Amino acid sequence: MRDVAVVGFTQSPSMRSEPDRNEVEILIPVIDALRKQTGLTSADMDFICSGSSDYLAGSSFAFVSGLDAVGAWPPVCESHVEMDGAWALYEAWVKIQMGYADTALVYGFGKPSMGDLPITMALQLDPYSVMPLWPDTLSIAGLQARHCLEKGILTFEQMAAAAARDRGHAKGNPNAQVKGDFTVEGILAEPFLANPLRKSDCAPISDGASAIVLAAGDRARELSKRPAWIRGIEHICEPMDLGVRDLGRSRSTEMAAAKAGVGKGKIDVAELSAPFTHQEILVERALGLGPDTKVNPSGGALAGNPLMAVGLSRIGECATRIWSGEADRAVAHATSGPCLQQNLVCVLEGE
Amino acid sequence: MSDANEAANEPIAVIRTPISLDYHYSAGQSASRFLRAIAQGKLLGQKCPVDGRVYFPSRGACPQHGVTFGDEVVELSDKGTVVTFSIVRVPSENIPLELPYITINVLLDGADTILIHVLDAKLEDVRMGMRVQAVWKPKEEWTTSTANILYFRPIDEPDASYDSYKEHI
Repeated sequence: MRDVAVVGFTQSPSMRSEPDRNEVEILIPVIDALRKQTGLTSADMDFICSGSSDYLAGSSFAFVSGLDAVGAWPPVCESHVEMDGAWALYEAWVKIQMGYADTALVYGFGKPSMGDLPITMALQLDPYSVMPLWPDTLSIAGLQARHCLEKGILTFEQMAAAAARDRGHAKGNPNAQVKGDFTVEGILAEPFLANPLRKSDCAPISDGASAIVLAAGDRARELSKRPAWIRGIEHICEPMDLGVRDLGRSRSTEMAAAKAGVGKGKIDVAELSAPFTHQEILVERALGLGPDTKVNPSGGALAGNPLMAVGLSRIGECATRIWSGEADRAVAHATSGPCLQQNLVCVLEGE
Repeated sequence: MSDANEAANEPIAVIRTPISLDYHYSAGQSASRFLRAIAQGKLLGQKCPVDGRVYFPSRGACPQHGVTFGDEVVELSDKGTVVTFSIVRVPSENIPLELPYITINVLLDGADTILIHVLDAKLEDVRMGMRVQAVWKPKEEWTTSTANILYFRPIDEPDASYDSYKEHI
């Protein structure tokens, strides 16, 4: 395996609704800032890979215009995934492993405020038996939370504590959208939004973008004083049918964590992109995190949830903490699909 | 066996699941500036700071160089040159011309990218290099739309040289 590291990371602030910028205009300053941070131009990137969704933009091939932010002349080697940018990073990592590239630019961007996100997300469900009912995101997640509560897998208090912790951490994150001094009592006093979920149990809807530069071996050492080396990365997908899955645990996260080697050493920092509090608890357990790990120092997805960039940003938030020496070993998590259907786990280490 | 049971045993071969989603489309800052200008009869392009090429309609960044255009705009003439054309014989919505009609790639004077529009001319007259000018709707009907230009029409000017538009074919 080649040594590959995260050597650059930029992101836009998460906003409930970008008033007048379109998706590409949100992305342009993020890529500009990444060029300044790394000193690299598009011509220095052996491979470029992006993650976005045409369903959020409401137009086909919307992702192509994202290349305006990158510049595509002379011709670039480029790819796209209709997934969170964390999966675009996985593709870039594979490309580097195969020897086709030493450097890669990865970005994710989305403007879900253009549509009705909880309804749009129904289109990712089984198209024959589930999607025609148009169950929204909150209803689907609420069924899972109800299952977890009734089975005694977790409690309302634990869910509220996850939100309070993350949004407290987010006070130090200028890019976070929902932050402040939340308390368990205060959250439990909130009315239900989709029983058993309260507003604070749900990640916000956010417009935003983020971008990362990967580099291999000595190139990474040139570009960063302390590269954040990817020591393990894996993603696993569970079946589409919610009825055949164990919704009280995240099996795919457990398997990905084992393959990525999360348990091989102490984890200083974990960044999770679970969009609901009960899911965050399930992911935390699946990763086997203990009290030694600071979970979501940036606030995680519950503090800012720019769809298609939120998972990539978790990898970036871990990397910045390794660059600074705040962490020696970190784990980032990204998710895709309903009820944590598909999960990506990435272990990063400093030298 | 009752009719209902027989129906229940029929294999289902087709289901209909209509899909409809509503969006509040954001044109974006750059396209909004372009659209507000065309509502006043002005055609705005933007100049790439790297190579000076003028992009029309204006957009947020240069797709070649990936650099932000900023706020500088270039106002363009509504005259231009036919770069290439096609004769259309199938009906299409929102086209104010009778079938068959001509679609053109037109290079506006001062622009370095082409605009796709329609041409009101005899089919046998259209040719590459032909000089044309926009025919606008009555001013009181102008909105934030490129449809403010109804179509282009030939003008009495000598054809442009092939070299002047060959890189846009």
